[in-house]
Amino acid sequence: MAQTLFQKVWDLHAVRTLPNGQTQLYVGLHLVHEVTSPQAFDELRTRGWTVRAPERTFATVDHIVPTARQARPFLDLMAESMTSSLERNCRDHGIPLFDLPSGLQGIVHVIGPELGLTQPGMTICCGDSHTSTHGAFGALAFGIGTSQVRDVLASQCLAVMPPKVRRIDVRGTLGPGVYAKDVILTIIGRLGVKAGSGYAYEYAGDAIERMSMDERMTICNMSIEGGARVGYVNPDDTTFAYLENRRFAPAGDAFTRARDWWRSLASDPDATWDDVVTLDAASIGPTVTWGINPGQSVTVDGRLPAPGDVAPADRDGVAEALEFMGFAAGQPMAGTKIDVAFIGSCTNARLSDLREAAKVVAGHHVAPHVRALVVPGSQTVAKAAEHEGLDEIFRQAGFDWRGAGCSMCLAMNPDRLEGREVCASSSNRNFKGRQGSPTGRTLLMSPAMVAAAAIAGEVTDVRQVPVPEAVA
Amino acid sequence: MSASKITHVSGRAIILRGDDIDTDRIIPARFLKAITFEGLGDHVFEDDRLEAGRRIGGVHPFDAPAYQGAQLLFVNANFGCGSSREHAPQALMRWGIRAIVGQSFAEIFFGNSVMIGLPCLTAAPEDLAQLMDLAQSDPAAVFSVDVAGERVSGGSLDVSATIPASAKQSLVTGEWDATGLLLERYEEVTATAARLPYIAGF
Repeated sequence: MAQTLFQKVWDLHAVRTLPNGQTQLYVGLHLVHEVTSPQAFDELRTRGWTVRAPERTFATVDHIVPTARQARPFLDLMAESMTSSLERNCRDHGIPLFDLPSGLQGIVHVIGPELGLTQPGMTICCGDSHTSTHGAFGALAFGIGTSQVRDVLASQCLAVMPPKVRRIDVRGTLGPGVYAKDVILTIIGRLGVKAGSGYAYEYAGDAIERMSMDERMTICNMSIEGGARVGYVNPDDTTFAYLENRRFAPAGDAFTRARDWWRSLASDPDATWDDVVTLDAASIGPTVTWGINPGQSVTVDGRLPAPGDVAPADRDGVAEALEFMGFAAGQPMAGTKIDVAFIGSCTNARLSDLREAAKVVAGHHVAPHVRALVVPGSQTVAKAAEHEGLDEIFRQAGFDWRGAGCSMCLAMNPDRLEGREVCASSSNRNFKGRQGSPTGRTLLMSPAMVAAAAIAGEVTDVRQVPVPEAVA
Repeated sequence: MSASKITHVSGRAIILRGDDIDTDRIIPARFLKAITFEGLGDHVFEDDRLEAGRRIGGVHPFDAPAYQGAQLLFVNANFGCGSSREHAPQALMRWGIRAIVGQSFAEIFFGNSVMIGLPCLTAAPEDLAQLMDLAQSDPAAVFSVDVAGERVSGGSLDVSATIPASAKQSLVTGEWDATGLLLERYEEVTATAARLPYIAGF
């Protein structure tokens, strides 16, 4: 019978149906970081359990890592304590830890794929909602809470109900200056931030099929912002080419056999989806959020809505967002002054993101009133970018070039907004207070658009930034 | 560890109006810098409370004297969206909340809540509006959440409030802490893993 990738992978990992009707799902890869795991390890200790599959468990430190001064002990004593707690837990349980000295440290959703740990057909868990990123490889990847981290550590299993599957077909060609970030922001804007609840999102269509793995990761990463815990793309030659020769990927003949299996997992053309939505890629423009949830966005040449412009159920939300942001209904998005520019996060801090942003900043300088920083997604990304000279381009343009981590996406380290600052950010959430100042304001956009905003000092259409002759 | 059965919760109710209240608002990330969940209850909605307090005559429901000691929380749609941090339901529980009734819940938040024994029930918008109005006009009103019977009552109100069968069963049987179940019949787990090409070897 024709099946979706979701059904195939789910069925392969289903151990049994639990008394309450949930499925006991075997977990192929468990990724761990310092923020959501310490309480889980403590409970394991209290109950006398061990880590069931340390060989399928990998850890890194990302959320609280300072990106400017990384010498130990960290100046923030809590950050130091959380790091040493993770080090102790990994040592006690035999879990490989990609820490700062390893040279392989980075945001957990960046290093899993770049190490080849993330593979098609796996079930993947991490105590982090952006675990959906790994779905870009045709894996089923679930963000989980700390009690479930405990479950997975102890049993290598997850108790979970199967969601429905919605295929989102993106057809046609994206215009110049339009990126994967714009595609996912548009999907969230059109379907809404609640639409994905109870669903896994399968991203398909020729526009998705032409995307690189980095771009697919950006799309899958923000599934959760659309309410979907799981998002995935069917594996294809682009996926396999990315994985070949990665450290933890199968090698030689095993890779060939793996590739055949991976290919067989893709959704069958005549499979049945619970829902199908189609988007015209050509209708998507550079997109910017103006409000306090990721669904509140307009194209850069658009204007902010009034409460009366939206569905009745969304009116209070629009009014609350306009008030919090200090914006007026009807004001144009372009021209909104910014104070901070942040290029980073598990959404958009991979090498291709930094390349696109560097193309925009080359030959320009950050506006005098803007502080701008680039935080690579991993040490590996940083090294590759430095090898290409991207760090120099950013530095010469007035950006800070930092060490890898989650940084100002959620401000658990010293990188944060102050007061009412407005931040053009390549991250994933514009919630009130998200970037560290309770009254700070976040505008989500693609890394290229952040770069353009940094230079202009205000939200600006990346398609209109002049390319200096020296670079052109 | 055996967990207790959760069939009924009763008490006064605190109300938070508005859709899409995310977990960054429930517990801002700076309070996640800890290796235990202790003390989170003091910081639940910290920034929203500060924001409300800055308004003239403003007070956040979690600071309003009339709602201190409330055990129930009434919310609107998509409550708990965003970050998967279990710190969010942990903070609510440690503040004293024992059950939440809302229009809808974000998936990960819902699961995290059930896993720590915090039932989340879904009520129709018009029923929820009535519950909220009663709790607002009479903060002393006592409501009863019947998890097993899937109803919420208070004053003259008695409305349907549903919870998915799996979550209900976990709570009413006291099996909401799943780890023990997942460790039972472990030979089936081993067999499942052994069938996976990436475990068995390509």
